[in-house]
Amino acid sequence: MKTLNFRLVLFAFALIFGIVFSIPTLTQSESGKKITLGLDLQGGLHMLLGIKDEIAIESRTKSIAASVKYLFDDEEIIFDDLRIAGPGRVTFELLDEDDVAKAKALLKKEIPGTVLAEDGLKFTLSMTPEEMARTKANAIKQAVDTIRNRLNEFGLAEPTVAKQGEDKILVEVPGIKTQADEQRIRELIARTAHLQLMAVDEDRAARVMSMSASEAKSYGDVILPDVYNEHEKYLLRSIPVLDGSMLTDAKVGFDQNNQPVINFTLNGQGAKIFGDFTAKAVGKRMAVVLDNKVYSAPVIRERIGGGHVQISGNFKLSEAHDLAIALRSGALLAPVYVMEKRSVGPSLGADNIKASSMALALGFILVVVFMVLYYGMAGVIADVALIGNLFLILAIMSLFGATLTLPGMAGIVLTVGMAVDANVIINERIRELLHEGKSVAKAIEEGYNKAFTAILDANVTTLIAAVVLWAYGTGPLKGFALTMGIGILASMLTAIVGTHGIYQWLLPKIDRKRLGFWFGIKTEGGK
Amino acid sequence: MEIFRYKKPLELMKQSKRFGILSILLVSVSLVLIFAKGFNYGLDFAGGTLVQVHYDQKAPIKKVREAITKDKKYEGASVTYFGNDNEIIIRTKNSSGSLGKDMGDTMRQLLKGTGHFEVRRVDMVGAKVGSELREKGMMSLFLAILGILIYVSFRFEWRFAVASVLALVHDVTIAMGAVVLFNVEVNLDTLAALLTILGYSLNDTIIVFDRIREGIQTSKESALDRIINESVTQTLSRTTLTSLTTFFVVLTLFLFGGEIIKGFSFTLLVGIIVGTYSSIFVASPLLMWLGFSVKDFREKEAEKLKREKEKEKMRQMYEGGTL
Repeated sequence: MKTLNFRLVLFAFALIFGIVFSIPTLTQSESGKKITLGLDLQGGLHMLLGIKDEIAIESRTKSIAASVKYLFDDEEIIFDDLRIAGPGRVTFELLDEDDVAKAKALLKKEIPGTVLAEDGLKFTLSMTPEEMARTKANAIKQAVDTIRNRLNEFGLAEPTVAKQGEDKILVEVPGIKTQADEQRIRELIARTAHLQLMAVDEDRAARVMSMSASEAKSYGDVILPDVYNEHEKYLLRSIPVLDGSMLTDAKVGFDQNNQPVINFTLNGQGAKIFGDFTAKAVGKRMAVVLDNKVYSAPVIRERIGGGHVQISGNFKLSEAHDLAIALRSGALLAPVYVMEKRSVGPSLGADNIKASSMALALGFILVVVFMVLYYGMAGVIADVALIGNLFLILAIMSLFGATLTLPGMAGIVLTVGMAVDANVIINERIRELLHEGKSVAKAIEEGYNKAFTAILDANVTTLIAAVVLWAYGTGPLKGFALTMGIGILASMLTAIVGTHGIYQWLLPKIDRKRLGFWFGIKTEGGK
Repeated sequence: MEIFRYKKPLELMKQSKRFGILSILLVSVSLVLIFAKGFNYGLDFAGGTLVQVHYDQKAPIKKVREAITKDKKYEGASVTYFGNDNEIIIRTKNSSGSLGKDMGDTMRQLLKGTGHFEVRRVDMVGAKVGSELREKGMMSLFLAILGILIYVSFRFEWRFAVASVLALVHDVTIAMGAVVLFNVEVNLDTLAALLTILGYSLNDTIIVFDRIREGIQTSKESALDRIINESVTQTLSRTTLTSLTTFFVVLTLFLFGGEIIKGFSFTLLVGIIVGTYSSIFVASPLLMWLGFSVKDFREKEAEKLKREKEKEKMRQMYEGGTL
């Protein structure tokens, strides 16, 4: 027998490679790289989120206004009529002409990204267009980080949070067990967690129930509802004392009645602002506002130093836990909304796997049996290549840590159909050449030579379609294109090189008189 | 086993006019269907919300309909069985951007009291995403065809490229027509199926063209129709066999692959049949009608060969030091 040829060795290596690297996936072992199942197969939540970036501008404007107030108070610059005039625009009036130069210098130094326009003693501080763009870009980046932090802290296995395109966020959370859990996760993501400490406008608070929103606005106030009772309203100064950006930690604790509460700590600057404010506002109320709802509005009894604040409410423990996570991971600069959402329950995922595995197995058996019946030993050889092809697909996908989706399964099924095509073309050529009376060795060599260009051209064109689909497709489509692409490339190795190697290896055994057994054709008195 | 064994080439080109008329007819009917009736865009492209509910017993579809319409928002909702009697799908055009409470949560409340059920799938696509996906889908079909056109021109000759792309457009159009005719919902996976048909049908056509190219270079015949007859006959067995194996594989996918993948596998089934037909009966005659000349091609090939030989000679002379 002829010694081993390089094609056979190459095929053997590919086969070993395929088997070794697909073991972690097939046995689902803990270690080793393996294929992850797509959300449609294991169940989970897929969402594409958009972001309301105009809100980011709005809250940046508010915090600019808050800074102006703090800076002027701190430097004892007398001012009046500080209000938000529009997106990115804050107006105020100075009362003392002598303060103008000092105020200008102060704002320039302390609030970057803004320009100041003056009209007598009336001033307009506006964000520059670059600052606006930067704020928007920052909002999306921050949203991605924040949502990722929240999901990680929630303790979920491998959530994906990524920016998609310019202004979208892709969130994928596998392995959600129940609908209630899913809802909880959605709420956790959606929570803006915008914490504000706001002063109650005690001068006008008595009239709050009959006041309109526009009237409140004219005083520089805002009306916000109580979190538990929509009808109870508070009249608050619209520029907050401080907000959640100065928060360093938030933890669940319990009050004297053993009710869950959230304790949070402010950073140095926040603690100072909070201390200064409470010292000045003794006897007045201060509201703890979260996502524009008032959680509590206790009366300030004395100056509160140290920066420790508590939010109480009728929290359930799980609610307090999620809220603390949201506060700790920071507020979303802008709220997010759902553009696309797909959620698959675990039982449906299991059904999908069962159905597609069944189709894959059945299709595979069908092809394998057909090849043997039609081509005899040549069919067996093609089948060996086909099995090698399957292992190679699994191995390559495992190494890339690729995701197998339902359309991906369809891609594999389709590859099974197409991979044998190469062998059909080759076998038909060999048969033709044998009918012409060529020797077995010659028929095989020439058959492979002639079939090669056809197979190459056909595969390259299919590959073009797969690449386009991969580049333009989203989510599941990518999975389909990927498995098909890998399948085509792998089939070039197994179906062309692999089978050729096997023929060369078996050649001395192939008897011209037994073509029925070897190639499934009647011998016509061979040479 | 051997099914296809012809001593003489089949006289296919004599029938080419008939097939041409049949194809034109099929494409026209498909175009009329596509433009008059239009696609039944599914969730992915039209936007909306879909909720799949699984019941422990036969789903009480009437009760479900009544329960849903309690909420005015869902008045236009459609409720249909999905795959089997235990499974239903509720579809509405509404889509909500709210993260906190989605339609699945609402449905769970509305359907309370209709039996023991489980919400297994909630898909929501906003209108903006839908139109974006549609644009991208069109773009990908166009780009794939363009890429193929360039590759085939490069590997063969421009008439081969045009003929194969025309055959492709023929296949995709008829497959689309079938999708409209059978009211198959058009989603992302339908698009994947169309792109696969593109690749697959081209695969078939290229195998035949490869044979024709070879026939032009080696055959004793010099009439194009005879060469085409020879080549198509020679590849007939391969074309049919591969189509059959692929057809059966996709058929198992259609029958056993689950309801979700039905639209995909149906489109593919049609595509495989049409693709096989077109690579035998449409693509090759097109080559003839486009005015491909065997004589010119052979002359060009001979020229190329001569040039290469000259180059070779020059190189030998150069290496021999005579130049």
